[in-house]
Amino acid sequence: MRILIAGGRVIDPASGVDEVVDLLIEDGRIIRIQKNGPGSGFQVPSKGKAERGKRRAEPGLQVDRVMDAAGLVVCPGLIDMHVHLRQPGREDKETIATGTLAAARGGFTAVCCMPNTDPVNDTRSVTEFILDTAKREGAVHVYPVGAISKGLRGEELAEIGELFESGCVAVSDDGRPVMNAELMRRAMEYAGMFDLPVISHCEDLHLSGKGVVHEGIVSTELGLCGIPSASEAAMVARDLLLAELTGARLHIAHVSAAESVRLIREAKARGVRVSCEATPHHFALTEEAVRGFNTNAKMNPPLRSESDRQAILAGLCDGTIDVIATDHAPHTIQDKEQEFDVAPFGVIGSETALALTLSTLVASGALPLKQAIAKLTSEPARILKLPKGRIAEGADADLTIFDPDREWTVDAFGFASKSRNTPFHGWELKGGTVATIVAGKVVWEA
Amino acid sequence: MGLARKDLLRMQELTADEIRLILDTAESMKQVAGRDIKKVPALRGKTLINLFYEASTRTRTSFEIAGKWLSADVINVSTSSSSVAKGESLKDIGLTLQAMHPDIVVLRHPASGAAEFLAKQLAASVINAGDGAHEHPSQALLDLFTIREKKGRLEGLKAAIVGDIAHSRVARSNIHGMRKVGMEVRVAGPRTMLPCFIDRLGVEVFTDLERAIADVDIIMMLRLQLERQQAGLFPSLREYSRLFGLTLPRLKGAKSDVLIMHPGPINRGVEIAPEVADGPYSLILNQVENGVAVRMALLYLLAGGGQAA
Repeated sequence: MRILIAGGRVIDPASGVDEVVDLLIEDGRIIRIQKNGPGSGFQVPSKGKAERGKRRAEPGLQVDRVMDAAGLVVCPGLIDMHVHLRQPGREDKETIATGTLAAARGGFTAVCCMPNTDPVNDTRSVTEFILDTAKREGAVHVYPVGAISKGLRGEELAEIGELFESGCVAVSDDGRPVMNAELMRRAMEYAGMFDLPVISHCEDLHLSGKGVVHEGIVSTELGLCGIPSASEAAMVARDLLLAELTGARLHIAHVSAAESVRLIREAKARGVRVSCEATPHHFALTEEAVRGFNTNAKMNPPLRSESDRQAILAGLCDGTIDVIATDHAPHTIQDKEQEFDVAPFGVIGSETALALTLSTLVASGALPLKQAIAKLTSEPARILKLPKGRIAEGADADLTIFDPDREWTVDAFGFASKSRNTPFHGWELKGGTVATIVAGKVVWEA
Repeated sequence: MGLARKDLLRMQELTADEIRLILDTAESMKQVAGRDIKKVPALRGKTLINLFYEASTRTRTSFEIAGKWLSADVINVSTSSSSVAKGESLKDIGLTLQAMHPDIVVLRHPASGAAEFLAKQLAASVINAGDGAHEHPSQALLDLFTIREKKGRLEGLKAAIVGDIAHSRVARSNIHGMRKVGMEVRVAGPRTMLPCFIDRLGVEVFTDLERAIADVDIIMMLRLQLERQQAGLFPSLREYSRLFGLTLPRLKGAKSDVLIMHPGPINRGVEIAPEVADGPYSLILNQVENGVAVRMALLYLLAGGGQAA
């Protein structure tokens, strides 16, 4: 199967390319990148929808399909380095099949799944199960993240060496922090042997206590227990010191507080090997979304204040925050239709992340398009050392084609995900996936 | 004439006019309590369910009596004797109750927002009888009624609410209610029990009890939950009552006609000295008495609208 993607605005942050060129892909690879337009060699349909069928692109070069990308953006396949696929264990919430289809629908060609499944991904057998299932049923590439500690209990290290050998690209106890600083230190040292990044869910459980929302004006008014920003920032500070001590690679998951952004910015300036991510819900929403006891705005870390949101935006702009990741956390309707205190933490994000990035960050002028794409492609690839996230002849044909101008309304009930727990249901967004191509195959198309 | 709303969930959403309507209605309801035959037919044929997920003496009894004096059929559901004990969700309890067509459900629940959650499930009116640390509107209304009865007015009065503000639904409802009717409100307590940004609700914040009560018309003491000591919010009962207990010597610095209130149940000798609780300025039992009248008014305004009392 040979596909010509013609006339799209190709943006590849890794090489700095931003121009209208044609891409020819075959056998899972990008085989040719060529100037678009008259005399380019490829025959391109003038206007209209993608044309199917065989056509001659240039003398002697047979093309099975031409995708007209005129007016669209073509970029490296998006990589979501933080999702929860729930399989094994909670297939009622999500499966590898549905979670990866949701990712494809959102324009992602690769996801990293967190280890808090049941059983926990703390052994080779679970990692292999995930990889095998993904190979058979997955729509996109799946890169498992292994556990730091056995059973995520924070007591003893998991077999990180074997997790690495069997295909884990990072280790994390995500969902809960490693409260024991000594164990975290050893995890960093140990993972450092394999140059595996340690992804830290930064939260001091004593400071969080019974908290269910950000400690602020909304928690005070609603009478809900608050989680102070210091709960996150204190752990960020600790982990930065441990990264400095060990020289290991640290990645801070889902940064939510202004204090955390400041600490990471300072650490980067000192040369600490740290990277971090922010989620679309933390840059698009604040604690105000919780009003009415909306359990679809309950997640951990919680939505914080407007000044925190502004700090996240500033961190995204100045490069302190390297990556945009979703923390896609599916939960059933009955799990969320409970008292606010009881409902589980987490929201889904695969199918809204790109549009929220384009609508909230790019359209507002806060972040240039190329930088936004980098945070969804080349940056996660760099941190996880994935051979992905770039457009070049010979590179894997993982590509995302999106329409930056398409306006649409979020309908959770039309999602490919099994779950519906999004705080963005009903939102009008601008920017939608047109096609998602994984290893040269179109896995999702609008 | 009634309230133009299905539910009563929080003081924050009531207007000053609605509060006045409830208090005025409660005045006529209070006359029923003075009669030989304490029964009016206003809610005959209406069904009231008291759904209590937390132990409560005064609030539940008060709603039950209010319903019965208005001739409603009153059913009490408590967690120990119902399917709640079997782990049935609040949503399913709501759907089950709905199928029996009650007119009003009164809910007491430990989770903030539970009443709002139930109100969305039910066609019946829901009255929030206390949800977590969020609100307890009928308590604030009976407090306002009691203050107005004693002082003849509400506007311009100054109140100090003292104690564990952070965990108190009574404090939140009273702050909103008092502010809406034009009262000045102070809160006082240990810093560990004052929630962040509480000043943004339009109150003055104190950590010194004597300064907080110096020139107020009403002192409202809150119950100290003894388990807050284990949570590290105060060091000992001894120190709490030394710093924040309302005693006779402390009262000497207050206005001579200051009124003392407490939503109950009281910890004698902890947040309030016995001689203060039982003293001449104490309105604690008036609050209980007026609770019935105010709840009659609420039931009538939400479900009645027919025959006047």
